[in-house]
Amino acid sequence: MQTNIGGIELTLTPQGASPVWRFSLESARLPVFARAIRDEGGQLLALWGSDDRHLGRGYGLHALFLSSQGLIWAHCPLPADAPAYPTLDTIFPQAGRMQRATFDLLGIHAEGAVDDRKWLRHAAWREDDYPLRKDASPLPPHPSPLSQSDTYPFIRVAGEGVHEIPVGPIHAGVIEPGHFRFSVIGDKVLKLEERLGYTHKGIEKRFEGMDLPTGARLAGRVSGDSHTAYAWAYCMAVEAALGVEVPQRALWLRALFLEMERVANHLGDLGYLGNDVALSFGFAQFWRLKEEWLRLAQRLFGHRYLYDRIVPGGVTTDLADAPALLALAQRLRAEAGELKTVYDEHAGVQDRFAHTGRVEPAMAARLGLIGLAGRASSQAWDLRVQFPCAPYDRLEVNMATDRRGDVLARVEVRFAEVFEALRLITEIVRRMPAGPLRADVPQAEELREGLGYVEGWRGPVLVAVRIGADGRLDRVHPHDPSRQNWPALEVGILGNIVPDFPLINKSFNLSYSGQDL
Amino acid sequence: MTTGVLLQITQTGLALLLAPLLMGWVNICRAWLQGRSAPPLLQPYYTLQKLFHKDAVLAHDATRLFRFAPYLIFACMVLAAGIVPTLANDLPFSPAADVIALVGLFALARVFQALAAMDIGTAFGSLGARREMLVSFLAEPALLMVFFTASFISQSTELPHIVDRLAHQEFALYPSLAFAAVAFWMVSTAENARIPVDNPSTHLELTMIHEAMILEYSARHLALIEWAVALKLFTYSALGIALFLPWGIAAAGDLNALPLALLALVLKLALGGAALALLETINAKMRLFRAPEFLGTAFLLAVLGMLVHFLLEV
Repeated sequence: MQTNIGGIELTLTPQGASPVWRFSLESARLPVFARAIRDEGGQLLALWGSDDRHLGRGYGLHALFLSSQGLIWAHCPLPADAPAYPTLDTIFPQAGRMQRATFDLLGIHAEGAVDDRKWLRHAAWREDDYPLRKDASPLPPHPSPLSQSDTYPFIRVAGEGVHEIPVGPIHAGVIEPGHFRFSVIGDKVLKLEERLGYTHKGIEKRFEGMDLPTGARLAGRVSGDSHTAYAWAYCMAVEAALGVEVPQRALWLRALFLEMERVANHLGDLGYLGNDVALSFGFAQFWRLKEEWLRLAQRLFGHRYLYDRIVPGGVTTDLADAPALLALAQRLRAEAGELKTVYDEHAGVQDRFAHTGRVEPAMAARLGLIGLAGRASSQAWDLRVQFPCAPYDRLEVNMATDRRGDVLARVEVRFAEVFEALRLITEIVRRMPAGPLRADVPQAEELREGLGYVEGWRGPVLVAVRIGADGRLDRVHPHDPSRQNWPALEVGILGNIVPDFPLINKSFNLSYSGQDL
Repeated sequence: MTTGVLLQITQTGLALLLAPLLMGWVNICRAWLQGRSAPPLLQPYYTLQKLFHKDAVLAHDATRLFRFAPYLIFACMVLAAGIVPTLANDLPFSPAADVIALVGLFALARVFQALAAMDIGTAFGSLGARREMLVSFLAEPALLMVFFTASFISQSTELPHIVDRLAHQEFALYPSLAFAAVAFWMVSTAENARIPVDNPSTHLELTMIHEAMILEYSARHLALIEWAVALKLFTYSALGIALFLPWGIAAAGDLNALPLALLALVLKLALGGAALALLETINAKMRLFRAPEFLGTAFLLAVLGMLVHFLLEV
């Protein structure tokens, strides 16, 4: 297909029937193209690199854009010697950390970047070594101790009465590790800087050479609370790459799993948000509902969090007891509705939620805030609505948005999405077609690439897959929406007080594992 | 005199024993009200026992102050528990300190708590100490006002006289005490690090006030502090009882009234604990900077109580 974006003539190659468009361009023209996407109202969704030297090429830089026409996957070939490309972080600020991670893993340099500090590398490997290169030396079993040159230069705030509060990476509760550096006057936050990467475990490297079904298991474990989203996105990418026709019933079951995952996570978050303002009643009640939901998932599908139910070509488990699911969905709707009334009418809770941790819509658009947090700041993107894959093209999802951008807005969007997901579950169960659950996945005989995109509970989960001629995985890049939403948290906390940070953080509830990889 | 000493020892011992029980009872009530299964009633004792059997871990930078503080805080609370009449009135300890000295005793414990928190130099210690000072310098005047309102009625700042006047002389309703009681509840939540001012069960280090100060303590030091926290809650409950519900406390030298006094105490504590749990369940924790407004309101109520006393009761 020929198209024109911002005066640039493009030849786009479609990926099967999905709204994913591919094209190649030289890296020098990438900023021009990115600016055109920006002017059109689009966003940068993901950015990653690949080592293509074993294919007789150099390196590759991949950028995925969200535009009104679909997902545009741009690929820039880079030379094998000193690979570099012009930075995108002045056009899309969210590119910054993705570029830094790409450099740490592959040594692909973003020229002119605003921030070129290391991001994922915590002195776990040598500075001149890039672990995601195909010829990288194997990592030592025990990382070398932190050398002096590896201290991370935080941005300092100077002035009378300003001091720093370092928090983490080890916290008082059992949560994922991340370091937060607050610059404060009294309890008022002047600046927050995040330092992540503590859960970097080399997932992308681990994918290399894996067979396709094992890859699905690993993809589902990128961020444990988004198992279904990742497993589905991975399988969608594999199926697109190999041209597999997935049976209709399997697709409807995948959507069922995804909505069940959304309900479970939103219920848990709504409980935690109550707990963070010391309303333990809300915590106990929402977690009781979540627990009932998980137990039903265990009984119906054999796993509380529906792990490994989605495989390349289809699903492994069928829905046996539809009435039980419908009954619980109906009851959850009623009980969550009652709890919403409790939250809505509780003056203390509303006082804590409202006007706390605001990300204004204009700022959200500038930073590329996406997914649930984006929708709470007027960023009306939902892959299930704009670019629905089967079966969402026949379900008509109602998108929930809010323009306030504060903790309350994110709570409201969560409630709306719980009710909508429960409605979708009812509709899916009622309208699901009969048929087989799995299709055969053919063996790849040449290099194949594909992209999977799923609107997980946190936001768009994207998995790009390249399968080698031997039928095994050559390069897999999973992308979590947390990558672009973490920087927005730094903005949301500004002007708030330190004791409100846990509440604001929880209202985003971003993944560490999903962004550290 | 010997009876008095024996009674004093019994009362202080009883406070030491009952304080964790009150904590356990509040936790049970909270669990019931939230709709979850409750921990055992004796859980605080198990926790204390566990902590006393552990080896203490100290920060490298900790000075003697850090190690000494738990003992001092615990001693302050034991002394306070001995001063407030719970079972019998006019015990040997009582003339040693009036309510003003009692406020001073709490302040002494708090100052050492804050000093110990800053001693090790972690961010959270000084953060908690700073917030504790913010809350307490607003709570103390309000607490004093509550005591003054009560002491205007009995013309004395000594607790035995106040109790004697309210419980053992002709029965009278004092509207001023209604204002003082509400103010006293507000101050006690702040002083005891309870919801809505602080959250005793949080694990979010950035939101903590009291918990942030004791994050670095372990083993026997932590056990003493936890016990002191329980004692403080018990002492405040006993204070509330002595000021606002003193009926049942045995009059000076009246040994026959003791069994009834014990029964009344346990009943009142059980009711008070349940009420605390209820208030904690229906309230959310307020934003930290709302605490000054909250405690300002408490001060205002206590002053109103005093005015009401001069308008209606003189």
